[in-house]
Amino acid sequence: MRPAWSVIFFTSVSGVGYGLTFWLAAAVLAGSSEVDRTLALVALGIGLFLISAGLLSSTLHLHHPERAWRAFSQWRSSWLSREGVAAILAYAPLLWLALAVWRGAAGPLVALLVMLMSVITVLCTAMIYASLRPIRAWCHYLVPPIYLGFALASGAFWLLLLLAPAAQAPSWLPAVSVLALAAVWFAKWRYWRELDQDKSPSTPATATALTGAVTPLDPPHTEENYLLHEMAYSVARRHSNQLRRIAVVSGLLLPLLSLGGLLLPAVASGLVLGVGAAALTLGILIERWLFFAEATHTVTLYYGTQP
Amino acid sequence: MTQLPAKPAPVKLGLVIDLDTCVGCHACAVSCKEWNTGGWVAPLSDQNPYGPNQSGTWLNRVHSYEWSGDDDSASRTVHFPRSCLHCEDAPCVTVCPTGASFKRGEDGIVLVDEDKCIGCGLCAWACPYGAREMDLDQGVMKKCTLCVDRIYNEELAEHERVPACVAACPTSARHFGDLGDPESAVSKLVAERGGADLMPEQGCKPTNKYLPPRSRKAAAPRMGAAAASTSTSVGFLGWLDQLLSD
Repeated sequence: MRPAWSVIFFTSVSGVGYGLTFWLAAAVLAGSSEVDRTLALVALGIGLFLISAGLLSSTLHLHHPERAWRAFSQWRSSWLSREGVAAILAYAPLLWLALAVWRGAAGPLVALLVMLMSVITVLCTAMIYASLRPIRAWCHYLVPPIYLGFALASGAFWLLLLLAPAAQAPSWLPAVSVLALAAVWFAKWRYWRELDQDKSPSTPATATALTGAVTPLDPPHTEENYLLHEMAYSVARRHSNQLRRIAVVSGLLLPLLSLGGLLLPAVASGLVLGVGAAALTLGILIERWLFFAEATHTVTLYYGTQP
Repeated sequence: MTQLPAKPAPVKLGLVIDLDTCVGCHACAVSCKEWNTGGWVAPLSDQNPYGPNQSGTWLNRVHSYEWSGDDDSASRTVHFPRSCLHCEDAPCVTVCPTGASFKRGEDGIVLVDEDKCIGCGLCAWACPYGAREMDLDQGVMKKCTLCVDRIYNEELAEHERVPACVAACPTSARHFGDLGDPESAVSKLVAERGGADLMPEQGCKPTNKYLPPRSRKAAAPRMGAAAASTSTSVGFLGWLDQLLSD
């Protein structure tokens, strides 16, 4: 599948945003007095900015963005519609939390609502892809947990970066960051392994209802069409092992090493943690690029490439 | 509404495509393009049609394959027209976020309301068969309409009220009819020839059926014998053969 930057940016960056708001709400729930009001507002503002930038970016790949409002109507059947509805609904508790923090009166109810809506929205984003059966790499049970895992892990690191240099981070936050990161990369490792081992039930023979060996002789057209442009992207598969290693170094090893920055004084700590959070975000972008670029669609069977 | 009709349509209009008689002439694809580019909706656009890297929206594509079947010793060419199968469980319909994609309750035809389409392309991803192509000029998704503007068109003579691809096929490899009625000509053809679904494992329950090529095992030796016998012709041809061989 062709990796469109607008969609890669949308899923990655809005994920970081919802992860950040999730853990900030968790910190409020655990004991709001711990977190400084200004820092909490800055974290919420960054979260809202990342979420909104992601959502706006997702409309860039539409051919008719002026009709995007129609996408809120089909939530009964469409995960894309559900994602849009959830994203809009999530703004209510997010803005409520910002107001409550500002007034110094953030209660457990609003914090719980923010956590719930952040998780629901990220899962809806994942389900847009996980519900597409012709794309074996997306229609996989680990796709929703991995989307959620990367959102929570990156959100925890970003919150740590904002709070730790000011000695405001809740004591449990570093441990949660490590746990989330380890869990999501374990899931991703299993996902890659299963993807490499499993075979698609669809073959050139089932695609043509012919039993026996089917090999393409003459293509229907000599130039690339929309289908091949969109769904027969092959660059990543040639370099997938290298890119997977780069994603693991950037998205797992560097962020873990950067946690050593917690032992340093404020400014140095901020710098080291910042490098870690940036590396993690870059790792997620590479992982998301691979998620698209490595995926193959059953339509390629007609053109002679195995999904 | 992009939910599927609550009850499966009693009438299931669709195509039956005979892979035995299709000669791969692309007349169906060209005729489809011609009808749908000149119809009442916007044209099926082409990009850079006279320059390098031209592309365009087509609703029907004809592939040609080399096929070695189970019972035939030699491999053979099979031409394979590919278009929308008007599935009963059409995933392209349910994924649509705007309600532009829909399946008609009365005859099962899957259509796109182009005024509601936002051009997100999700339906094309959801279709296992590659039946939908984005019109890059209009920015909306295009697909086979089963020539809904022909088959019910009372301005046309009755024998012309079939999809353009069916009307154009010179070998009658394409058949149009109601696959929901077991007594219809197309349903009988499917039963008689063992018509099959494409990628049944994808769970879309396609309406269109494909008839497999007939076995040629019995006919092949005779054709071989006829070819060999030319060297032992008698009479005038034998004399000519001998004269020219010297």
